[in-house]
Amino acid sequence: MASEHTAKAFDSDLQELTRLVAEMGGLVERMITESVDALIRRDIALGKRVVASDIEIDSLQRVIEERAVLTIARRQPMAVDLREIVGAMRVATDLERIGDLAKNMGKRVAALENDFQPLKLIRGLEHMTDLVLSQVKSVLDAYAAHDLPAAMNVWKSDEEVDAICTSLFRELLTYMMEDPRNISFCIHLMFCAKNIERIGDHATNIAETVFYMIEGQQITDKRPKGDMTTFATTVPGN
Amino acid sequence: MTDLSVSTTSPSAAIPQKSLPEAPPKVTARSLNFYYGEHHALKNINLTLGTNRVTAFIGPSGCGKSTLLRIFNRMYDLYPGQRATGQLMLDQTNILDPKLDLNLLRARIGMVFQKPTPFPMTIYENIAFGIRLYEKISKSEMDDRVEKALRGGALWTEVKDKLNASGLSLSGGQQQRLCIARTVAVRPEVILFDEPCSALDPISTAKVEELIQELSENYTIAIVTHNMQQAARVSDKTAFMYLGELIEFDDTSKIFTSPSDRRTQDYITGRFG
Repeated sequence: MASEHTAKAFDSDLQELTRLVAEMGGLVERMITESVDALIRRDIALGKRVVASDIEIDSLQRVIEERAVLTIARRQPMAVDLREIVGAMRVATDLERIGDLAKNMGKRVAALENDFQPLKLIRGLEHMTDLVLSQVKSVLDAYAAHDLPAAMNVWKSDEEVDAICTSLFRELLTYMMEDPRNISFCIHLMFCAKNIERIGDHATNIAETVFYMIEGQQITDKRPKGDMTTFATTVPGN
Repeated sequence: MTDLSVSTTSPSAAIPQKSLPEAPPKVTARSLNFYYGEHHALKNINLTLGTNRVTAFIGPSGCGKSTLLRIFNRMYDLYPGQRATGQLMLDQTNILDPKLDLNLLRARIGMVFQKPTPFPMTIYENIAFGIRLYEKISKSEMDDRVEKALRGGALWTEVKDKLNASGLSLSGGQQQRLCIARTVAVRPEVILFDEPCSALDPISTAKVEELIQELSENYTIAIVTHNMQQAARVSDKTAFMYLGELIEFDDTSKIFTSPSDRRTQDYITGRFG
């Protein structure tokens, strides 16, 4: 970080913004873990708690946005300060979306009634969640520490998540074809897998924001992508 | 697969910020130095004012920005012991040439000061006075030129019914626009503004800024300001000066979002000293 401002209150405004984003990030990480836990353990009560905690995320996002706008109005930030504030707003928006995706998974817990629970699928989902969660954690650390190489690592390593998502997708298609009674369960699980994959995408968005905050420019290179679910098809009877 | 080096700043990773097309040079300084007696006030300045562009000069007090502006129309000639070395060109004219007709130079490069300085005469005469120094024209032609100048200064509608009132009867903001109109009246090529809004309220400031934008269609403009937001609002290019040196000179959009030099960044973000 740059040295202190002549106007000390400006420094505390910026620190407060960063602190709020960190608080929001911590909550979001917990929501991801709990939503997947609830899903795997069919814990409807935990699922409901996840849904409820989204309110907190939404209100934090509003607070961050208001603080950011107020700081812009009061301090007329320039250069690195301006990018810092725009960065906080962008990260808060991504975190809010992640919160929504976790909330959506929490809601689906109640819908997963039957006992059909192929272990391989659950393992895949768990593994994917671990990866995404560590992506979210690393990128939030990179944001807080202004660590560009760490952010770029997150930005580049979303491929594995995409690959797992694609293989889960294929597997779910097979289960559905085997027995139509699995369809409802599999569809829900498919959305959950897609949600987790989307959370990974938001982590890479945050990495791009960190790049912008530090470099003062936008990334234009194409991010490596491995999500092939768009092309996954299966012919019944095969 | 793409390869984004982790150390980054590789140009392929980022969009270079859009820059204005380069304007043909109007005023060019090369290795320009300036001395107040023994004091070396400007050190090796190299820069170009683009034709019909607004160039802002920012920097802490005493950094030499006003000094630089005063060299552009040889104001320093009025004071003994002050001298400039190096090269300073207005198109093909050497501004530093000792044989140069300073009245002609100052007709080509006009200046507006921090405090409005209308002459103690009527609004009409404030404008006509300067024109008469350079041209002999009829009364009707003069009326026409005065109206055009006052329109150019965005003042006409406010004063057209009281052209014979004293220039000093106007408000501060109007007086400043009268001074701008007076400068425009002699049809200069370059207009220098030295802190033109520091004595004005926000509404008058906005009017003068609007006027600067309009004037930039026909004139090359240089403005010295302590107000960073003003530099960001009105200029195409910004020069940051510090301790008599030109530290950074770039597109205004670049300077205020992502300056290259640490000193520029510290100054514009309020971290100086």
